[in-house]
Amino acid sequence: MSESASTAQALEVGKARYPEEKASLRSLLSPLLFMAPAIVLVVVFFFIPVVIVLVISLTDMSTATGFNNWKWVQFDNYLRIATHPNTLPVLRNTLMYVALTLALFNVGMALVIALLTTHIPRRSGFLFRALWLLPRLTPSVVYIMMWKYVAADAPYGILNQHLLGPLGIPPTNWLPAQPWIFVILTNGFIGASFGMVIFTSAIESIPRDYMVAALVDGCSLWQRIRYLILPLLRWPLLFVTTYQTLSLLTSFEQILLLTEGQFGTEVWSLWAYQRALSNYWGNFQWGFGAALAAVLVLIGVVMALVYMRYFQFNQLVQEPKIEAL
Amino acid sequence: MEDRLGMGGRWRVAILLLILTILTVPILIGYVWILISTFSQRTYGLIPVDASGQVGGLTLRNWSFLWEDPNIWKVTLNSLILAIGLTIGVVLVSSMAGYVLSRISFPGRRVFLGTTLVLHAFPSVTLLIAIFFVLRWISRIPILGRDLPIIGGFGYNTLGGVILVMLALQLPLGVWLMKGFFDHVSWDMERAALIDGCSRWRTWWQILLPQIRPGIAALAIFSFISGWNEFLIPYTYITDQQQSTIAAYLNKLLSDTAPVNYSQVAAVGLFQLIPVMLFFLFTQEYLLSIFAGGAKGGS
Repeated sequence: MSESASTAQALEVGKARYPEEKASLRSLLSPLLFMAPAIVLVVVFFFIPVVIVLVISLTDMSTATGFNNWKWVQFDNYLRIATHPNTLPVLRNTLMYVALTLALFNVGMALVIALLTTHIPRRSGFLFRALWLLPRLTPSVVYIMMWKYVAADAPYGILNQHLLGPLGIPPTNWLPAQPWIFVILTNGFIGASFGMVIFTSAIESIPRDYMVAALVDGCSLWQRIRYLILPLLRWPLLFVTTYQTLSLLTSFEQILLLTEGQFGTEVWSLWAYQRALSNYWGNFQWGFGAALAAVLVLIGVVMALVYMRYFQFNQLVQEPKIEAL
Repeated sequence: MEDRLGMGGRWRVAILLLILTILTVPILIGYVWILISTFSQRTYGLIPVDASGQVGGLTLRNWSFLWEDPNIWKVTLNSLILAIGLTIGVVLVSSMAGYVLSRISFPGRRVFLGTTLVLHAFPSVTLLIAIFFVLRWISRIPILGRDLPIIGGFGYNTLGGVILVMLALQLPLGVWLMKGFFDHVSWDMERAALIDGCSRWRTWWQILLPQIRPGIAALAIFSFISGWNEFLIPYTYITDQQQSTIAAYLNKLLSDTAPVNYSQVAAVGLFQLIPVMLFFLFTQEYLLSIFAGGAKGGS
């Protein structure tokens, strides 16, 4: 086939690919019908809620005011956050929780498990990765119940009975005694699997040639990890770190089930949730809670845009190869 | 068997396996405990004991809730409705949207794909407070709000409302996953069908959906397990005991003011865990692939 002929053909295909100019109403109808349920759900449960959070955060709405007697208070709720005595401790808790869980488990342990399971026979590696996926699939209430029993006081608790007892350490209920250790462990064992899966697929997609070259040069396992694997994992590492930072910042289900924020384990998202939707006193402060949530919404939007920008998500949005008939 | 490049000698594999086993022990202990505890009067650590603290005391009494508490069957049924409703909804809505996004060029396509991608990364828990208001408004719609059979409607304090919220929150993942699977289906068969005068709907239903069965299976399993497990959303939006799910029921047992009978609670926990475990045993490969794919935004 001559070059000009193939160019002409390509042009024709190109024309067929982009029929937007002559798109008739009828041709638009069927994509619209296919998309309608998804569009409605996204609008009703993402867009409208974001607006609602921002609007309510400017009111004093609560169970005390009801849905009729509330009034606008401008930025009072935000000022209240700025001066609230809980703000600093909660902020410190949140930073500690995110930083430690991320470093020790969501990235650290995930990397260790990915490296270990890719250097043992394939079937064993698969088995261990499946086991590490288990906490994520276990109902959270059951999962937290297991940990509560691990920490329970003597003679019931597993930790006291089988590890610390024989070592001669006096038994106690470890959950109130060391709440942070358990908050980080419970979240960490769930969080590690995300990074583990991503790192594993990244390690396994490293070209065999590199590995052969490293082996021919006589690299030890440690040298291969340090000089071959880790540099190639730069992007997955960065992605998991930023993505999981956001997930940890806003997740509170495990903490809610484990301590309900007692023993000084209140974090920002749990604070917002308890203020607005669930507390012992039954006074739901929707306005104040929404302001607390709005801070997280803002962080979420910014972070999500950063992912779009830096992780080339745009490439994924490219036009379909064949779409017109 | 040396099936990996640079795996090293037998001793090194043994050491790596040992390290992995030690790291994995904390995960296993919980499951071992739950299994032992459900069949014991009580446990000291992992050792079953009877009322006087002597080793022994194995019993089936912890499972008596199955025939003594009629509520358990009500909440189990509710959880099942939630899981099945969510699965059908997620698979249907995502495969419809995924098909169009993969195959047809239309104005707004890029915008929608970009938006769902941002939402994929967006932490939806932060919206729980606002969704509370949305559900209250939906409640006011006649019939649809709170008078439907089985799911009770789509408003606040109904199973249908919870299904709708969870469906929306899972949509970004589902749409991208389905689009990825559709992208990999060859276009020839579909084109033949369209040329023969098949409508878009029939093409989607009869030609394309059967092609992406593995993708649908993965998404369905994942949705079912999330629906069955979910605690936070039913707990937040359902206040009516009759509409409650098994996760909320279990949490109520745990947070009772009376001393908690851990063995009995463990039995309820195992009861909730069994379906997940069965799914897990038979579908790990699908699930590992969905986590790898979902994280990268499809395909």
